Amino acid sequence: MAALYEGYTLCGLVPAQNLSNSGIRGIEEERDSDHVVVTDTTRSVMLYKVSDQKPLGSWTVKQGQALTCPTVFNSQTKEYVAVSDNKVIRIWKEEDIVLDKAFKATVSSDVWKVHCVQGGEPVVLFQRGAVRLLDSLLSAPQQPIEEVLAEEEAIRWSTNVVAETQQFVIFTTEQKGDHFLYLQRLNPNTLQRYRLEREEPGLTPLSFSATYRDKHILLLYLYPNGHVYQSVVSVRGLGADEGAQALPLPRSLLLGLPVGEGLLEAASALALDEAHVAVVGVPHPSAGGGKDFLCIWNTNFQTLQAGKEMAGKIYGQLWSYSNKLFIPHGKTLSVIPYECPKSSLASALGKLRQAKTEESKAPLSVPSWNNILHGEKAQPTRTMETRKTRTSRKTQSASNLTTDEVLELIKTAPVEKVQKEVEGLLSRADIQDLQPSMGQLTSTLVSRSLADPAFYTPNTLAQLVHTRCLCHSVCPDLVLLALERKDYFLCQLCLQFFPDIPEAVTCACLKAFVSMPDVEAEKAILEPDSISFMETLISKDQGQAGLQNGVSPTTFEEDCSDTLSGGGTQSRADDKEKAPTPPEQICPVGLHKAVLLNEVLQTAFSDTFLLPHLKDLSSHHVVLFLQYLQFLYQKYSQDAFPQMHGLRSPSLTQIMDWVCLVLDAHFTTLVMTPEAKGLLLNLHSFVKSQVRLVSELGKIEGSLQELNKMKGKKDVGQYSIEVIELF
Amino acid sequence: MGEFKVHRVRFFDYMPSAIRAMAFSSRSERLALARADGALEIFNFADNYFQEKVVPGQDSRAAETLCWVGQRLFGAGLNGDITEYDLDNLRLRYTVAAYGGPIWTVSSNSQGTLLAAGCEDGTVKMFEIMEERIQFQRNLDRQKGRIISLSWHPSGTLIAAGMMDMIRIFDAETGHATHRLLVERGIGASKSKEVVVWCVAFLSDHTIISGDSAGKVQIWDGFTGTVVKTHLVTKWDVLSLSVSQDESSLVAGTSEGTVIQFQFISTTVDQQDKEWVRTRTFKNHSHDVRALAHIDTAIVSGGMDTQLVVRPLLDKVEKNTQESALRKIAFPHRSLVCCAKKAGQLLFQFTEHLELWKLGESDGHGKPGDSLPLKKKPEKLLHLKKKGDNHICCSALSPCGGWMAYSTVSSVRLYRLQYINNDISITKMSKLPKGLVSAHRLCFSSDSSKLFASSSHSVIVISLNQLECKYLYTLKPKSGSRQPVHLLFASEDGKWLATANTDCEVHVYNLDKQKLHCTVPVHSSCPTAIAIHPVTSNLVMAHADQQIFEYSLLHKEYTEWSRKLQKQGLHSLWLQRDTPVTHITFSTRNPAHIIVHDEFMFCIIDQNLPLPESKTLLYNQMTLRSIPDQERIKHSHAFKICKNYQNLLYVTLLEDHSVVVVERPLLDIMSQLPAPVRQKMFAT
Repeated sequence: MAALYEGYTLCGLVPAQNLSNSGIRGIEEERDSDHVVVTDTTRSVMLYKVSDQKPLGSWTVKQGQALTCPTVFNSQTKEYVAVSDNKVIRIWKEEDIVLDKAFKATVSSDVWKVHCVQGGEPVVLFQRGAVRLLDSLLSAPQQPIEEVLAEEEAIRWSTNVVAETQQFVIFTTEQKGDHFLYLQRLNPNTLQRYRLEREEPGLTPLSFSATYRDKHILLLYLYPNGHVYQSVVSVRGLGADEGAQALPLPRSLLLGLPVGEGLLEAASALALDEAHVAVVGVPHPSAGGGKDFLCIWNTNFQTLQAGKEMAGKIYGQLWSYSNKLFIPHGKTLSVIPYECPKSSLASALGKLRQAKTEESKAPLSVPSWNNILHGEKAQPTRTMETRKTRTSRKTQSASNLTTDEVLELIKTAPVEKVQKEVEGLLSRADIQDLQPSMGQLTSTLVSRSLADPAFYTPNTLAQLVHTRCLCHSVCPDLVLLALERKDYFLCQLCLQFFPDIPEAVTCACLKAFVSMPDVEAEKAILEPDSISFMETLISKDQGQAGLQNGVSPTTFEEDCSDTLSGGGTQSRADDKEKAPTPPEQICPVGLHKAVLLNEVLQTAFSDTFLLPHLKDLSSHHVVLFLQYLQFLYQKYSQDAFPQMHGLRSPSLTQIMDWVCLVLDAHFTTLVMTPEAKGLLLNLHSFVKSQVRLVSELGKIEGSLQELNKMKGKKDVGQYSIEVIELF
Repeated sequence: MGEFKVHRVRFFDYMPSAIRAMAFSSRSERLALARADGALEIFNFADNYFQEKVVPGQDSRAAETLCWVGQRLFGAGLNGDITEYDLDNLRLRYTVAAYGGPIWTVSSNSQGTLLAAGCEDGTVKMFEIMEERIQFQRNLDRQKGRIISLSWHPSGTLIAAGMMDMIRIFDAETGHATHRLLVERGIGASKSKEVVVWCVAFLSDHTIISGDSAGKVQIWDGFTGTVVKTHLVTKWDVLSLSVSQDESSLVAGTSEGTVIQFQFISTTVDQQDKEWVRTRTFKNHSHDVRALAHIDTAIVSGGMDTQLVVRPLLDKVEKNTQESALRKIAFPHRSLVCCAKKAGQLLFQFTEHLELWKLGESDGHGKPGDSLPLKKKPEKLLHLKKKGDNHICCSALSPCGGWMAYSTVSSVRLYRLQYINNDISITKMSKLPKGLVSAHRLCFSSDSSKLFASSSHSVIVISLNQLECKYLYTLKPKSGSRQPVHLLFASEDGKWLATANTDCEVHVYNLDKQKLHCTVPVHSSCPTAIAIHPVTSNLVMAHADQQIFEYSLLHKEYTEWSRKLQKQGLHSLWLQRDTPVTHITFSTRNPAHIIVHDEFMFCIIDQNLPLPESKTLLYNQMTLRSIPDQERIKHSHAFKICKNYQNLLYVTLLEDHSVVVVERPLLDIMSQLPAPVRQKMFAT
């Protein structure tokens, strides 16, 4: 889930008297992601260090002059470039104190904006649509500037984008209600003009945002009716000038935002990544009509991912530099860090499946009263967990590598080094902060392991899975990798913690577990809780075996006696039939194998998808699996065998579901298999007793409902004649 | 047992009146209670809180305060008179004008010789209590502002008086004020409003406790006149105070309906210094708690919500017994409804008028649980307002519906009702016999030829015919009891008349011989309902302690069934019911059936069935319903209790064997009360 974090104030604002604008002309990134240049609508430019919320420098033009375009920073020359009074280009360095003494050049036409991308060369866009590189312009400031735009056509918005080596200036114009997109390539210069489709008459786009991805420029624009459209322009197909003829620009509706009553006025949408859009000035869908919200929407799932109410007026301005949103509101400019991890359906839909078992362990995002009341930062469980991981590592690496560095490292470094660094990273950082990078880490590890047969870091992977920040869709190959490497512990963890394991993978696990020899299984180190559960189950069975011969539930016994000729009945050991020891008395599989099978039983599945994969099991395995299920069922139904001690254990319903599924998938085969005969008869009797149970429950439900009806009795008026009966 | 057609009547708009004052006499264990309509009620706490006497009220006369002096009861109100009640004849004995404007409070010294009255004009007037009356003695120093509350020091030498903004202490001998205790006003907006000291209590150690309109309970030192401790207990008024006899505990009642207990205990273990500590809060009322009595084992409270609440103190009574149960007394312990069984009419008695209704009809049949379609709706035939100032104290309707009578303390009125084609005509019978001045209870004979009126301790018999009514004779018991007759029952065959008085005596007169037939052995508890069986002539009596007796008039002894019942004992759950049986009637079809009811159930007692053992389920109707017919007989017992109807004021059987139940749901009463003081609830 994308998240908006607690924001902070960068600086105060001096908005216009009528609050019509924020007083900020623009914010541009400076030398690195932590520095920005803020240009206001009047005369001054401020340089801020964002993390310190501190101004580092300030420059002002003379009284009577005005800055007409946001100041940009040319990182190649470490110079600032600004335009005052539309025609005067000013260039200065950080150490210059007085702006008037700095370099000035007056050009012959009005400048719209100067653009400069990180590491690129500044580009000047003139109001009439012409584009010049700053250097070439300054070499002859008074050079004639051509008019690109038609009469009455005016620029509304512009940006520049670097695509591979090409630099593009993108700007939109408006002419008599029509909107056009211009794509100006520099070196060689080409210009492409597109016409935007018309929205409802009278609606003009409120904001644009352009990003470059996969050789396409993606343009995102927001209309006052809340529609967010995306248009994609390929940069490759740009040929030579095709004249002034405007191509129609296809668009697709990305989002229909709720607008409440009326239209949006000051709003802005900004693409954060391929799936997330930050929107400001649009009502929160669940918070009434107020429009002072900053929201992050996921365009793939059309879901609201995060929202934050901003105090004061929203001006519809929004910038984003390196995971920080800059938003002027009221009388402040706030910086709000955000995060948009890769979305998967599982993380978007939530982690429903394991609610039961995870309750006690307090998932990270569940608020607790302690936190709310006492403002504790860390949850007790989490600190414990981190402490555990910390203490488990004896040699804490001294190097403090960032996530990106670790990612790089994983691709090449030897196993020990990788293990050490990842663990170091996990122990250093708060797990919640790491959540987005966790997926990356894991998938890099997995892909390295897949590529390099010698490389495998079981402990690290287990640790990563243990954080519960992962799901199958984030690292699709992990389970199969674990199976391949016979890392059954990791398999168990994945089955336990991943909410979204596809049925095919579940089936693969099942197949691997059923078919593996018991000897191999016993070698695996598995989670102690699940082992102890199985141990109790089996030991109980052995300890009470003699006793249970007589005390199986009566219904079951009755059923058996009339459906079987004694074949599977444990109570009729002396009955003529073969079965030397009733098969259901002893666990048909080894302890560890049983534990692993239990994990499979507890995964979530949808039977339609599972059924085809189940058919792949061989009949021998099917019989074994069914025998195990039968064993479990009998254990559960004999004494009210508990889902005991709060240990993770398959529920009776899960067992029944799997029995039904396996039978469905293999019924004909089983009927033909002689050794399955007794099994089938037994299972039949189980089903019968279940049916009986359900019908009894149905009766109870019926009578309870009747009780309910009786309670909600009529309203008695002033007078009535009733009939009662006394006994 | 079978099916019954039940007329479920909810149109009796009986509205009890708010409780204004109460006084408890620990000597006689009786609680006197004054209501806003002027009625005075006496509850006998020694006899299951039975409401044994009611003195009807008068227009424009309501007691604001009550005071026991020995066995005598005094009251005073805003009309400026001090009244002594005649509890034997259930009327006012005399009234004395105090000439000081409205009287807010009266209080007697512990010796019982002086009665002090606090008046609107700022005087405390002292009356000497004499044998037969009271006499004005003198005024204490007159103060500015009204005297709201008074309390004598047990020694009788000092009186504390609660006033506006202050408390004064007077020397009872000299009449001079010795101390002036200024009571702080409320904070905020109420700063400008005078604070009213609604109640004071003067303890023997010279501590003075006060409760005031600013919501404070204050503890004062009576020697120095200084505040020892202030407890702010409510945002509204503290209206009433009551101190236990041993002065170790006190309770304060507030406008919020809470009662707050303070106890005189040492705050730290093993320390001698005791102080008044707020200990418990009880919330049993929805409205103002105007009156409080702190008795040994319980806190008795009452107020605007009209209910008398007895809240046992769990440290004083045995837990989980009947004694420890909370009691709410919402309805009078006597019948306000009279039914003309033959005519299907109901007479409702209100304090100031009577209503006569005809029941509806239905010819439908239905299975148990159904409501039948009405062919005819119930019809109000008559609305008769009382004459004069005095409120109605009793009324009666003849079984045929042709006669109606009511009585106030000053007169009895008898009416002849005639029905001509749906029209009703009412004729007042003039010239009633001279001896018939007032009656505590009225009753018609079953053939409507006689009217019985119990006055004080005798019964006057009057013969009725179309034109005139004639005094026949007076029946008098031989015992010298002066207690009023509160129950009267004439047998179906016209031969017997049974009476019961509050001395627990039950007399049966032979009407043919016009003399006392027998006196039933006196039971320790007061009879609450009596009836004579129409066939067997057995007298059935229900008592306040929930006992039931059957007495054979022919053999002048308890019947076999009654002996069996006494020997085996009534079921414990039966004995635990907390409302008395107020009416007994019999089935016309099965002579073995006795129908009794209290507020929460009616019960058909089948004398042919075995009595319930202590271990059997008393309320077994649900169980019987669920088991098959053959087994029912095994499980059924004599008490067939129906709890379908609640807050019953009356249950009887009509001639056609259908049951009439008159319900008055408490919710209906609550909804007619004024709005309680506003209290801040969650998010309001």
